[in-house]
Amino acid sequence: MSEEVKSKAPSEPLFSKKNRALVTDPLTDNNPVTVQVLGICSALAITVQVEQGIVMGLAVLFVLVLGNLIISLMRNLIPSRIRIIVQLVVVAALVIIVNEVLKAFLPDVSEKLSVFVGLIITNCIIMGRFEAFAMANKPWPSIMDGIGNGLGYAGLLVLVAVFRELFGSGTLLGFQIFGNSLPGEETGLYAMGYMNNNMMILPPMALIIVGIIIWVQRSRNKELIETH
Amino acid sequence: MKFLENIVHKMEPKFAKGGKLEKWNPIFESFTTLAFTPAHVTSKGAHIRDGVDLKRTMMTVIIALLPCLLFGIYNTGHWEMVAAAGDRSLDFWSNGGDKMIAGLIVVLPLIVVSYGVGLTIEFIFGMKNGHSLHEGFLVSGILIPLIMPADVPLWMVGVATAFAVIIGKEIFGGTGMNILNVALLSRAFLFFAYPTSMSGDKVWMAGAENTDVDGFTGSTALGDLASFMSEKPVFENLETFTNNYSLSDAIFGYIPGSIGETSVIAILIGAAILLITGIGSLRIMASFFAGGLLMGLLMNAVGGNDYIMLPPLYHIALGGFAFGAVFMATDPVTASQTATGKIIYGLIGGMLAILIRVLNPAYPEGVMLAILFMNVMAPIIDHYVVQANIKRRLKRLKTT
Repeated sequence: MSEEVKSKAPSEPLFSKKNRALVTDPLTDNNPVTVQVLGICSALAITVQVEQGIVMGLAVLFVLVLGNLIISLMRNLIPSRIRIIVQLVVVAALVIIVNEVLKAFLPDVSEKLSVFVGLIITNCIIMGRFEAFAMANKPWPSIMDGIGNGLGYAGLLVLVAVFRELFGSGTLLGFQIFGNSLPGEETGLYAMGYMNNNMMILPPMALIIVGIIIWVQRSRNKELIETH
Repeated sequence: MKFLENIVHKMEPKFAKGGKLEKWNPIFESFTTLAFTPAHVTSKGAHIRDGVDLKRTMMTVIIALLPCLLFGIYNTGHWEMVAAAGDRSLDFWSNGGDKMIAGLIVVLPLIVVSYGVGLTIEFIFGMKNGHSLHEGFLVSGILIPLIMPADVPLWMVGVATAFAVIIGKEIFGGTGMNILNVALLSRAFLFFAYPTSMSGDKVWMAGAENTDVDGFTGSTALGDLASFMSEKPVFENLETFTNNYSLSDAIFGYIPGSIGETSVIAILIGAAILLITGIGSLRIMASFFAGGLLMGLLMNAVGGNDYIMLPPLYHIALGGFAFGAVFMATDPVTASQTATGKIIYGLIGGMLAILIRVLNPAYPEGVMLAILFMNVMAPIIDHYVVQANIKRRLKRLKTT
C-alpha cells in the first residue's frame, strides 16, 4: 500500500483542489456529526453554553490535527496488529496536554467541561480519522483532513450551543440577549412574560436540535439521505 | 347543506390539477371533506364502505370530550372566583352564569391558540407535501387545552403545540405515524421546559398568584399529597386530607386541577360515547383502571408514608388518571394494536402512573409520563404478542 502512495503524484501542490476538499467537505456534506453521526455524546453533553462549545471544539481540533500528523508520520512503522493501541497512546498523550493547558489557563471552563475533555480519547471522530485517513495518507493531507473534521465538529458544537444558550439561558457567551431574567428585576423580554426554556439545558433537547440540523441539511441536499 | 354543496362543486375545477389555484388544493380539500364525504375512494379490492372516515372518527372523539370541556370551563371559572375571594369553601353551584363566562375567558383563548398554531403547521406541511390537512390534529387541538393548568401563558401553549406537532408528528410522517401522543408530548414539553408554569400551587387557578389572602394556596389535591413525601406536609395525616377532599368531590370534579381532568363523571360520559361508537378500546381503558387500582392496593399493602396509604379509589378519582385512561391511553395510533397487547399496555401504564405518583415527589402527576413511556413500549409489546402467537401456532402445526 505504501509503495502505491509513493508512486502516485509525487509533487502535488499544497493547496490543490483535492487538499482543499479535505478541509471543506467535512464542514458541510461530510460533516462528522450530522452526516457520519460520530461524536454525538460530547455534542449533547457540553453544548449548554457557547463558551464550552468553542473550547471543546478547539480541543478536539488540536488533538485531531496533531494526532493525524503523528499517526501519518508513523504510519509505515506501526505494525497493523497493534495499531489501535498505538493510536490510543497518541490520543491519550495529546488529550492530557490539552487537559493540563485548560486547567492552567481556563480553570472555570475546564471545570464545566469536567470529564468530557478526558473523554475526547473515546471520541469516535478521532479514532475514525486515524484509522480511515491518517494510516493511509501522507502527513500534509492528514493535517488538512484533521483541520476539516475538527472544524466541522467545532462548528456544529457552536451551532447547537448557540441555540441552547440563547433559549436556555437567554445569553450568548455570557451576554444577556433578552434582558435580565433575575426574578423581581426582569427587563426586556422577561418583563413581558418571556421565560427561559429549561428543556434546552437538558441533553434531550440537544439531541433534538442535532436532529433538526440533520433534517434541514438533508432536505437541502437530498443526496445525503440514506436509502436503506 | 345543498347550498354548500353547490358552492363546493362550483369551486372544484379551480383547485383541480391544472387549475388556477392548484397549489391550494390541500386546503380546499380539507375544508370540503370536513363537511362532505371525500370524492376519491379506493379502486381495488373488496371494501365495506361507510361514512366513518378519519374525520368522522375524530369528530366523535371531540363530541366525547364536550362534557369534560364544559365542566372544565365551569370549574375554571369557579376556581378563579375562589382565588379572587381567597376562600376555598365557596359554594360550587351558585353564580353559575358568571363562572361559565369567567371560565370561557380563560379557556377559549387556549383553544384558539392550540388550534391556530397546530392547524397552521399542518397546513404548511400539507401544502409542502401535497396532501390534504391531516385530521389527527382535530382531537389534539382540543386535548391540549384540556390538560393545561388554567393559568398557563398563551405563548407557552403555542410553543408547546408547535413542538409537539413538528417533533412529535410531522417528522415521523404525520397523522398515523407518530410514536408519541401529540397532546401529551406538548404537556411534557411544557412540564420540563417551564416547570414553574406547569406545577406548584400558583398555576391551577387563573389569577391565583395575585391573591394576597393569608394562608390561601392554590394547590391541587395531588400536590398536597406529594408533600407527604417532603419535610413539611400540607396536611398532618391522611385523615385530615380525606376530610378536606372527599371522594365524592373528587369524582364530581369540584377540585382544582388541569382544565379538563377534574370531573370523573364527565370523563365517564365521554368514555361511554367512545365505547358505544366503538372508537375507544375497552381493553385499554379497563386494564388501565385495573392497573391503577392494583398498584394502589399493592402500595397500601407495602405501606410507608401517608401518600402510599391513600385508598386506590382516590388515586383514580384525583388528577389526570381517568382522563388519561379514557382519552390519552386509548389513542389508536400510539397504543398497542394487538388484543393481548392492549391489555398488557393498559395494565402496565396504570401501574406505572400510580408508582410514579407515590414514589417520586418531583412528579406529582405520573399519568403523563406513564402513558408516554407506554407509547414508546407499545411496538415492543405488540412484537412479542405476535411472536408468541406465531410460536403457539407453529407448535400446533407440529403436533398434528
